Amino acid sequence: MSDTPNIGFVRHEPIPPSAPPIQQAGMVKWMRENLFSNWINSILTILSIYFVAKIILASTPWMWNGVWTTSSLRECREVLQGTSGACWSVLAERWNQMLFGFKYPVEAYWRPTLAFVLLLVCIAPILFQKLPRNMLIFSAIYPFLAFWLIWGGTVLTPVVVAVSLIAGYLAFVKIERLTGFATGLLSGVVAVALVLYLGSFVTAALPEFIALEPVASRDMGGFMLNLILGTVCVSLSIPLGIILALGRQSNMPIIKGICVVFIEFIRGVPLITLLFVANVVLSYFFPPGTNLDLILRVIIMITLFSAAYIAEVIRGGLAALPRGQYEAADSLGLDYPQAMRLIILPQALKISIPGIVNVAVGLFKDTTLVSVISMFDLVGMIRGPISSSTAWTGIYWELYLFAILLFFVVCYGISQYSQWLERQLRTDHH
Amino acid sequence: MSSTTQTRASKFSLSMLINDTRYRSTTFQVIALIGLIFAMGYLVSNLLSNLADAGLNISWRFFGETAGYDINQMPIEYNNQMSHGRASLVGAVNTLIVAFLACVSATILGVVAGVLRLSNNWVVSKLMAIYVEAFRNVPVLIWILIIFLVMSNVLPQPREFRGDAAASSMWFDMVAFTNRGVYIPRLVLDDLGWVVFAAFGLSIIGVFAFRRYARNLLFNTGRLIPTFLPSIGILIIPTVLVYFALGSPIGLENPALKGFNFKGGLHLRLSLIALWFALAIYTGAFIAENVRAGIQAISYGQTEAAAALGMRPGRIMSLIILPQALRVIVPPLISQYLNITKNSSLAIAVGYMDITGTLGGITLNQTGRAIECILVLMLFYLVISLSISAIMNVYNNAMKLKER
Amino acid sequence: MKKTVFLGALTVAGLAAGLVSAGTLDDVKARGKLNCGVTTGVPGFAEPDANGVWQGFDVAVCRAVAAAVLGDNMAVEFVPTTGKTRFTALASGEIDLLARNTTWTMSRDVDLKFEFVGVNYYDGQGFMVPASLGVSSAAELDGATVCIQTGTTTELNLADFFRANGISYEPVPIETGSEAAQLFLAGSCDVYTTDRSALAAQRANFPNPDDYVVLPDVVSKEPLGPLVRHGDNDWGDIARWTLNALITAEELGVTSDNIAEMSAGTNNPEINRLLGSEGTLGEMLGLDAEWAKRAIMSGGNYGEVFESNIGAATNIGLSRGLNAQWKDGGLIYSPPFR
Repeated sequence: MSDTPNIGFVRHEPIPPSAPPIQQAGMVKWMRENLFSNWINSILTILSIYFVAKIILASTPWMWNGVWTTSSLRECREVLQGTSGACWSVLAERWNQMLFGFKYPVEAYWRPTLAFVLLLVCIAPILFQKLPRNMLIFSAIYPFLAFWLIWGGTVLTPVVVAVSLIAGYLAFVKIERLTGFATGLLSGVVAVALVLYLGSFVTAALPEFIALEPVASRDMGGFMLNLILGTVCVSLSIPLGIILALGRQSNMPIIKGICVVFIEFIRGVPLITLLFVANVVLSYFFPPGTNLDLILRVIIMITLFSAAYIAEVIRGGLAALPRGQYEAADSLGLDYPQAMRLIILPQALKISIPGIVNVAVGLFKDTTLVSVISMFDLVGMIRGPISSSTAWTGIYWELYLFAILLFFVVCYGISQYSQWLERQLRTDHH
Repeated sequence: MSSTTQTRASKFSLSMLINDTRYRSTTFQVIALIGLIFAMGYLVSNLLSNLADAGLNISWRFFGETAGYDINQMPIEYNNQMSHGRASLVGAVNTLIVAFLACVSATILGVVAGVLRLSNNWVVSKLMAIYVEAFRNVPVLIWILIIFLVMSNVLPQPREFRGDAAASSMWFDMVAFTNRGVYIPRLVLDDLGWVVFAAFGLSIIGVFAFRRYARNLLFNTGRLIPTFLPSIGILIIPTVLVYFALGSPIGLENPALKGFNFKGGLHLRLSLIALWFALAIYTGAFIAENVRAGIQAISYGQTEAAAALGMRPGRIMSLIILPQALRVIVPPLISQYLNITKNSSLAIAVGYMDITGTLGGITLNQTGRAIECILVLMLFYLVISLSISAIMNVYNNAMKLKER
Repeated sequence: MKKTVFLGALTVAGLAAGLVSAGTLDDVKARGKLNCGVTTGVPGFAEPDANGVWQGFDVAVCRAVAAAVLGDNMAVEFVPTTGKTRFTALASGEIDLLARNTTWTMSRDVDLKFEFVGVNYYDGQGFMVPASLGVSSAAELDGATVCIQTGTTTELNLADFFRANGISYEPVPIETGSEAAQLFLAGSCDVYTTDRSALAAQRANFPNPDDYVVLPDVVSKEPLGPLVRHGDNDWGDIARWTLNALITAEELGVTSDNIAEMSAGTNNPEINRLLGSEGTLGEMLGLDAEWAKRAIMSGGNYGEVFESNIGAATNIGLSRGLNAQWKDGGLIYSPPFR
């Protein structure tokens, strides 16, 4: 042991690992594995890159060279002198028409804009459970505030409606304690009607009380109209959808039958035929002499349309609840309205939210169909007044890109939220 | 039990209608029914009195009257001396044509995009994600209009094909892309042309029979025989032989520029193409998501198990994953078909003469019979939707049986 | 049970209907606004200007009626209608008067139950082609692709014309005039057909109007005029005689310039009756004596309305043609005011 051979060098620490071969590391490895793992993948990669490059090369100079300051397409072409370039001037000149329509008073643009911003504030506590709950008070006030801002008129109108709803709710709560759900509901409705009736005298007497300049429904247009139709119809159709879904789940054959027929009928026909109904037929079904304007008739039909789809989503939520929840509610001695209100619906609605949001996105996109019945929403403005004006005849990419951008931002945002929510709601651990 | 008997014996009082569970559901149903009848009666009476005020009536006679207008795309025989009913029928067939074309292309596009989105090729999967998100989140009406406008503004006019130094030329003298649509050759059948088609049909049956035989062979004896090349052979060779044996009974009629337009061949009109492509691309994005969800719903263990058995990735996909994923994919796929059919009514935006364009468009305008026209229009779509739903139910039931 | 309830509901609603239906004139007065149906936009005939104020030849009729009835020619709510919606809008009472280029046909008058109160423009369907096509007559259009604005009698006239001449065509139906014009400009169709007045109006709006010609062929009679619902004859009379007042004013030389001095009284009794300084024509209509004066002052007499909206001096540049006064060889003729 002691006569250790004399060696000149003894290594005391391990050799540092040598770098992997260049083909097995870093960028190259990633590319080999992800882009060129076999010949099909390689071809796909090269084709995709070629395709993307081609689009970028064609569109970038076109977008970048765009002209912003001319007043007609012809001037744009003169400025561009044959080089590729967009004529963004049409957006610079007509952005307000595309957002608000051509009849909404210009000096009142701040009103719908403010209403839109407040919409985000109003909807935030509903969408994100973590926000302070007392923000919901604002959400409850919002519909009345938005109505006042967008349509104008005296502030008393929405206030009266709000007061009547509060009165109705109080009456409902009081009477329900004493006698039960059905009579409670009835007295609630009576209270609402009573306050509305009395309130109508107040509003008629004071039309100028804190009034904004009134704007008629038919003066709404542009992207604002899409947003109004989307939000109003979805919010109105949720209660209706809940009723239809409960009706369809009910074990009373007649009520179930009515709901099934209604839902399947609406889901079986295209929205455009319902819009035709709103446009040319619906007026015949109102009492002679009544005169609802087109936007109201359209809101009625779109609400019915989305209610049928939302009912199906909620039905899915109701069916997904374990049977034990229904039995537990029954065994506590709750009657049907109580069981639904306290046990079933809160859970069913919670799991239906992603589905409802998807319906809402679809519906929001479908609001563009109103352009077919000569309403001037965003698409209607582009197809009608803007493309037919002498200055901008023949322009289309710029306008439709703008429309695509607006819709994409809204719809993508909402659908990302819905996917986030789905992940939040997933309580099992995959 | 005894208490129930007692209650039954007790005197019936009005409050029992609402408080006694035995009567309550009947009470509510009767109330609902009366409410419904009142509501319907109210609406119908409004309708009748409004019509009476306007001096109008409901009449279906216009379906038999001469339509008087022309339709550009006529899959069945039609001229402007035929009736409004016939014109509606032409429109209905046109609806089915565009819906069928769009369903087929959307399925192909959606399956390809859905599978590619899960590919481990980073560029391809990101590209597919962009495609899906971009098209899903923008209204289909905008896509229809864009395709229509781009094609009508970018493609050459027919007259640019004229002359020796023409600005545009046809592909192989067979296909012409113009801003009025695409002209492609049309098959012209001689008397015996049907025989070739019959032979082709028999070949398809033959391919299935052969594959079945090969599978049985595999299951019974373990012998694996090649199926791909023989299938192609069975598919092609007899048809080609019959074709030449009969002396080429099927010819091609190429489009040719005559006067203002191309004549001959098959004219795929701009409106058809815009509608077809837009519906296919838009719905394809949704189908891609369904396909992706379906594939992802299959646990990864299935893939690993198959790999452990020594299967190649392509076979894993086609033999293990897709058959299981189909159960998840097909129901939403069919509801996408339903959406295509309903969205095809947007034809009216580009002047494609589907049933919304004929019955709900020109016929309605000419006769002024709005209620009748829209009622029939809705019934048409309702019948199609209900038939598709019925097919879906049959499929769902069939799938359910196999579950354990 | 069902039947009784249904009948009961019917009766109740019927009674309600009987109670509420008042005359259109009273409705308009109570509302303080005239609801007037117009097109969604045809330059020169009805189109909102940059400030959203409707202008045009058809619009002037609405304004004149509003001036006669309500005393304010701006008290008009313009409801844009398409070919599909116009008749329902009128029949259902959404609008009181339809002043949209609507052709007076027998079936519309009789079967659809409307009352045409007169003709404010004698039109005919024509064809517009690019000048470079070198076509001089519509009979040379065999095999052409024709853009049509749907929802009018246009499709039927077109079908009849081509059938009568034994030539073929490819129809491209388009809902709105502006989209049809865009397709035509892009060369997606060889021919654009609609009423000749609308052709001229749209051509004026094209980037290069001189590259397009309107063919001389007129394939149909299109008397365009305002219309009201059947059954309310008092209201129909007001619309009819307002239009006639504009026409008579031109015939008698009453213009918006000299109307102030003429209304003080002239030695032409018909002018006096028209302007209300003599007789009780206004009362007979249920209006005051100066109704016609206000109607004429709202936009001038028929000739002034024509010249300022679509006449030769405007960029639409239509000549009077058939729409000249009968004395000048045209068809514009009003029954006498007496």
